[in-house]
Amino acid sequence: MAAPATSRVIAVELNGEQVELEVPARRLLVHFLRDDLGLTGTHIGCDTGNCGACTVHLNGEPVKSCMLLAVQADGARVTTVEGLAPDGELTPLQTSFNEHHALQCGYCTPGMLMSASALLERNPRPSEEDVRLALQGNICRCTGYVNIVEAVLATGGSR
Amino acid sequence: MLLREVEYARPATVEEAVSLLAGYDGARALAGGQTLLNVMKARAAAPDVLVDLADLDDLRTIGFTADGLLEVGAMVTYTQLVGSSEVEVARPILAEVAETIADVQVRNRGTVGGNVCVADPTNHLPPLLVALDARFTIRGQESERTVSADEFFLGVYLTAVGEGELLTKVAVPPSSGAGDGFSGLTVGKHGTYVANAAATVSDAGVRVVLGCVDAVPVRATALEERLAAGDLSEDAVRAAAEGLGETLDPPSDAHGSGEFRRHLAEVSAVRAVLQAASRRKG
Repeated sequence: MAAPATSRVIAVELNGEQVELEVPARRLLVHFLRDDLGLTGTHIGCDTGNCGACTVHLNGEPVKSCMLLAVQADGARVTTVEGLAPDGELTPLQTSFNEHHALQCGYCTPGMLMSASALLERNPRPSEEDVRLALQGNICRCTGYVNIVEAVLATGGSR
Repeated sequence: MLLREVEYARPATVEEAVSLLAGYDGARALAGGQTLLNVMKARAAAPDVLVDLADLDDLRTIGFTADGLLEVGAMVTYTQLVGSSEVEVARPILAEVAETIADVQVRNRGTVGGNVCVADPTNHLPPLLVALDARFTIRGQESERTVSADEFFLGVYLTAVGEGELLTKVAVPPSSGAGDGFSGLTVGKHGTYVANAAATVSDAGVRVVLGCVDAVPVRATALEERLAAGDLSEDAVRAAAEGLGETLDPPSDAHGSGEFRRHLAEVSAVRAVLQAASRRKG
């Protein structure tokens, strides 16, 4: 049985690439992504699990990376906003955000994209109610929700 | 945010987990972490060793016991409860309530075991599980024991799970025609509860349990007795619940005064009982 330790070598499939790195046990996943790997697309908004700006996919499901230790992601598949369009060509969802002006300051956008893309993955034609429920854990402090919801609905072909 | 330094272990079996929890001072089980990591950030908790239960697949299953109880592993997430055909068939209220906890991201990580072991008086599952007469399986190094919901919740953030022990399963009887209800007032849709009530109506009578009004879920036994006569019409339930609030001494906080909570407890109890009664079959 492995004894408890203050650090751990973790192996993560990050945006399709295998990453192996030793991390302190106390490091939050969001800091691992931003500070250790330089993936600053994942934002820190509130640090308390309320705002959803740090949302990433863990094994395909949206989670808040400030409420997960990096060591907890050992062995998992993690996708960040950088992983949505690895070759630089925007996804239909990202294009729709652009077309519908679904961002004002843009701070919440990476989290919105991660929550919305997970929704569209399991429900390709969501209703407005589905979209609003899926984005419940993501706060836009510019309060620009209407255009965000429109952009997701348009991607699903519902508008 | 930088957390206080902590040691981390990820046991492969329940036995290993229990021996780690028993063998290290300041060891604490880490389930989904949706509460624990936040209280660690706030330095309200400072465990020395985190025992991550992530690899304990035995605790992630939903099934039935030999005597027909719906058994939910402590590491089952709210999302799993919502999507479970076993839950839908045997006790759908569990999924209905789990679906209203926080948001998608939290429901993907947060667990049944975490919800009840945190034992925050505003959590969703404690009053519901008391109403459903749940049984909790607690594993220690030497033995395993089962406690009833009435014995499980001991105080604010305090349960029957002692040092060096681990909650492994929560079991509830299948509905068998019983109707279940849950009602309350939250801060924003799917937010923190200010007050809530869970109720179940079956051949055995009515059970009503109040949340957010005391350190632990409160059985409204006087109300249950008044409803035992069987008249569950709206007028009868309202009349039976009258004065329930006055028997309580709930706390005041930013979300509501004690007086307001007394009122909410009464209203929530009425609504939960009426919902349960309307769903009863047979």
